[in-house]
Amino acid sequence: MITELNTLVTEAESAIEQSVDLAVLDQVRVGMLGKKGALTAILKTLGSMEPELRKETGAAVNRAKQALQQKIEEKRATLESAVLNEQLSRETVDVTLPGRSAHHGSIHPVTHTMERIEELFRRVGFEVAEGPEVEDDYHNFEALNIPAHHPARAMHDTFYFPDGRVLRTHTSPVQVRVMEEREPPLRIIAPGRVYRCDSDLTHTPMFHQVEGLIVDESVSFADLKGLIHDFLRSFFEQDDLQLRFRPSYFPFTEPSAEVDIECVMCGGEGCRVCSHTGWLEVLGCGMVHPEVFRHSGVDGEKYTGLAFGLGVERLAMLRYGINDLRLFFENDLRFLKSFS
Amino acid sequence: MKFSELWLREWVDPAVSTETLLEQLTMAGLEVDSIEPAAPEFEKVVVGEIVAVDPHPDADRLRVTRVEVDEDEPLTIVTNVADIAAGEKVAVAKVGCVLPGGMKIKRAKLRGVESFGMFCSMGTLGLHEESEMLERFSSEVEAGTDIRELLGLDDQVIEVDLTPNRGDCLSLSGVAREVGVINKAAVREVEFTPAAVSSESIFPVSVENSEGCPRYLGRVIEGVDPAAETPLWMQERLRRGGLRSLGPLVDITNHVMLELGQPMHAFDLSQLNGGIVVRNARVGETMTLFDGKEIELTEETLLISDESGPLALAGIMGGEHSGVRDETVDLFMECAFFAPLTIAGRARSYGLHTDSSHRFERGVDSQLQQRAMERATQLMVEIAGGVVGPIVEIADEAQLPQPEAILLREERLQRILDLALTTDEVTETLGGLGMAVEVVDGGWRVAPPSWRFDLAIEADLVEEIGRIYGYDRLPTAHPELSAEITRNPESIVALQKIRQTLVNQGYHEVITYSFVDPAMQKVLDPDHEPLALANPISSDLSVMRTSLWPGLLQSLSFNTKRQQSQVRLFETGLSFVPTGDGLQQQRKIAGLLFGDASPEQWGRDSGAVDFFDLKGDLVPLLNPLNNGDRPLRFVAEQHRVLHPGKSARVMVGNNGIGWMGAIHPGIAAKLSLPKNIYLFEFELEPLQQAEIPAFEPLSKFPMIRRDIALLLDESITSQSLLDTVTESISGELLRDLRLFDLYQGGNLDAGQKSLALGIFLQHSDKTLTDEDVDRVMAVVVDRLESVHGAKLRK
Repeated sequence: MITELNTLVTEAESAIEQSVDLAVLDQVRVGMLGKKGALTAILKTLGSMEPELRKETGAAVNRAKQALQQKIEEKRATLESAVLNEQLSRETVDVTLPGRSAHHGSIHPVTHTMERIEELFRRVGFEVAEGPEVEDDYHNFEALNIPAHHPARAMHDTFYFPDGRVLRTHTSPVQVRVMEEREPPLRIIAPGRVYRCDSDLTHTPMFHQVEGLIVDESVSFADLKGLIHDFLRSFFEQDDLQLRFRPSYFPFTEPSAEVDIECVMCGGEGCRVCSHTGWLEVLGCGMVHPEVFRHSGVDGEKYTGLAFGLGVERLAMLRYGINDLRLFFENDLRFLKSFS
Repeated sequence: MKFSELWLREWVDPAVSTETLLEQLTMAGLEVDSIEPAAPEFEKVVVGEIVAVDPHPDADRLRVTRVEVDEDEPLTIVTNVADIAAGEKVAVAKVGCVLPGGMKIKRAKLRGVESFGMFCSMGTLGLHEESEMLERFSSEVEAGTDIRELLGLDDQVIEVDLTPNRGDCLSLSGVAREVGVINKAAVREVEFTPAAVSSESIFPVSVENSEGCPRYLGRVIEGVDPAAETPLWMQERLRRGGLRSLGPLVDITNHVMLELGQPMHAFDLSQLNGGIVVRNARVGETMTLFDGKEIELTEETLLISDESGPLALAGIMGGEHSGVRDETVDLFMECAFFAPLTIAGRARSYGLHTDSSHRFERGVDSQLQQRAMERATQLMVEIAGGVVGPIVEIADEAQLPQPEAILLREERLQRILDLALTTDEVTETLGGLGMAVEVVDGGWRVAPPSWRFDLAIEADLVEEIGRIYGYDRLPTAHPELSAEITRNPESIVALQKIRQTLVNQGYHEVITYSFVDPAMQKVLDPDHEPLALANPISSDLSVMRTSLWPGLLQSLSFNTKRQQSQVRLFETGLSFVPTGDGLQQQRKIAGLLFGDASPEQWGRDSGAVDFFDLKGDLVPLLNPLNNGDRPLRFVAEQHRVLHPGKSARVMVGNNGIGWMGAIHPGIAAKLSLPKNIYLFEFELEPLQQAEIPAFEPLSKFPMIRRDIALLLDESITSQSLLDTVTESISGELLRDLRLFDLYQGGNLDAGQKSLALGIFLQHSDKTLTDEDVDRVMAVVVDRLESVHGAKLRK
């Protein structure tokens, strides 16, 4: 009996080993362990055996059964894993194929630059203000201490309308409008379009400025220097950026300054961009002129103010290495897409 | 303002290098624009004295000269200069010299005679462009003197870009004053002895407009030598100052202008009649300018005239016949102070800009005229001789600028500059700039000098002190920041977010000019007469846009011409719409869609964009506007620019907020644009109004979906159908409503369509039974049939 059992087990083990798929393996299992299986048949004969032999045979059959069951499970796991692997292999894709997507857009670099500037100033409590672009002479000039025939008007190349209104030549009128409407303390920036009747390689008839204004009881020129230092170093993300404040003239500030930064293209060595001076003029600023306060209804004895105005295109060109101002307004998709 | 560094150093000579000097000027507010050598590089050009001139044995046109230079023996030089004579001293380029332009001087045989150099005109040396004549040097110049040394050519021409407030620096004297203060160095005023008055000749002067001309000085000088020439040193100063030499009489007035800042004018006395009258032009009066241009005069124009009419535009430009010329023997010199406001804007109104108007507009020192007249006279007599008459002066003291003393408070100075200065420092700085400083309680009383037109208030003095102290040395601080948290309304959608929404939908932001082509504007908006610029930069940028579409369409055109077939653009900005009594400057957002609905890619087909691609793109922008009280609606309405069957007006409640749709094929053809363009434009304001979310508890009970298919007339809009469904379901049972199929054609009758709706029902506090749902659906189907004649498809 035992010999017979051993033969059966050996045959079964071989059959398990040779099973090519789960169906064959299951046939083997049923042939051995099923209700009509070979091992089950032996078990059925136990009842007619001597107790001694029955005990011995029963134990042997059970061992054989367990061993076969384990073999079958192992084989099943192997076969199942092979099936899964085959399926996975069939499902493999070329991961380098491009992803399916919709169109991608972009923000114009001038807008992006203005948003960055706004964000930097918002962090220190500035609010954004806006004003009209078709502006009256009073707000664009008169209230900013630029009376008719003032030589400074010649610097502005103003676009006029037949009724005497103008396209604002700077964002400074927003200063006046804000001061007319609100009481200090004020912390304002006014980004927007401005217009000058000038068009060549380095001028477009429309461009963008950001105006800044603080009015408070003890704002000083030192504050102005600190603010501009911080701003420019943050804008260019360069902590050792060299700056210089040069005395200059704007009718609406006194004292007035122009600010140069060390050329970001050549590091101050001198190149074509900075006309070999090592410096680039980036903004104008100063302390609010008492006349502007007077026109705007602010008490110039109680309050002092600082103001600045910067050209957005200029900063964007320096930041992104854009070499031609006119690109900003051609709206060539190839240009725009390089900022997506 | 252009000037020679050497000339400046004659006035003030601080021990600083050229580089430092330039830096100082820039940092004092006199921005250095450029610096150039006064002369091109060359060497071995010396003064040669002609000792002999002989004819050339073999050539009629050539001469053989012997020229004494700085060598042991005179040089033999063969020349074609005809009018050269022994005893003359001229510039000689010796062998080895490389002239500007690259010509190298070598020993050369000219028709058999060896030549050891060449005579040079100032033109050849790159000094005076037009001068081909040989310059004859004075007999006192020693033969062999290096030309560079003689003419001071190792010099720099400095150009400073002066701001309009610094008219006082439009002269050597003014620049020298600045350099002196910065370096605490002494300034040497030009010294001269006034010419003696040697005749009694005067020419009468009367001033009718003393407000415009508070001071007028005139002087007659008779018998000047018409053959006199401008000395080289003066020519060189003028040349380095950017002025051409125009004969000694004009050159002298220009020299005084560069030196002292006083523009002057010299008249030919023989051309004047009666007397000088300084008056305003009369209606209809005309005059011919020095340059031959005839102009019609306006009444605000101040004139220098005589009995026969206008002679000159005061302070701007002389007339055609009255000025001095080469033959002038007797002259009348004018040296006046014209009020800045009288001159300001005048020159520009005639399209003129002169050195004189530039200075008078900005302000000439009102106390300078006497000295300038004496300086010019002295130079005149020295250079051209003549008999000098007395100065006639007409002055109205009351009309002269009366600079008022300014109180400078110590507290204010400190508050603005964050800097405490001693009285000594303040006095030294302001005193050096020509101001009289008096110490008063709490500060200083400061009297500005007559040459400073820009000092009127305390802040001006604060700037002067800061400027001379050095902006870079002034303290730096940080503005104090209040920690108060300000309001930031959640119900206002930031423009940045709106732009980003469109970017996420594949749109590129453009920025186009606010002024557009009137022809295009007219096609796109014939109903409005756009605001036109009085002085446009070009005719195709001459009217203000009433919509953002012209710019967008132009950008599309630009890009399709550059092989772009997929174009999605948007812009935000103002439109300028004239209204009955004014102008509406309205913030808008507009966009354009052209090409395929999705990018060309594998595994997904994409057709040309249609109305619903656009509408879908706008969902994230518009859907937030939809709320119970003011529903968002797309209403089929017609717009001139849009396809009548593919255009919608977008409404929020009863407010139209904008338009969207396909471009009208007729408009597209007129503008030579492709047809399949979709456009939208909305007012920005309503898009920035958001609802603050209000949460409603989620129902715990199951949601039931019922789908119905309806057969109805194709003219019935889906919106009206959806509205009926919404109205027919009471309470808040309706959780969602989807239109998931549209079918036309096939076995349907013409004029019919089939729509499939998914209706989602849910109760907040109970499970809906089939009977509940059936009851609701019965009402819905009944209403759809009675309102729209829609039949349920089985």
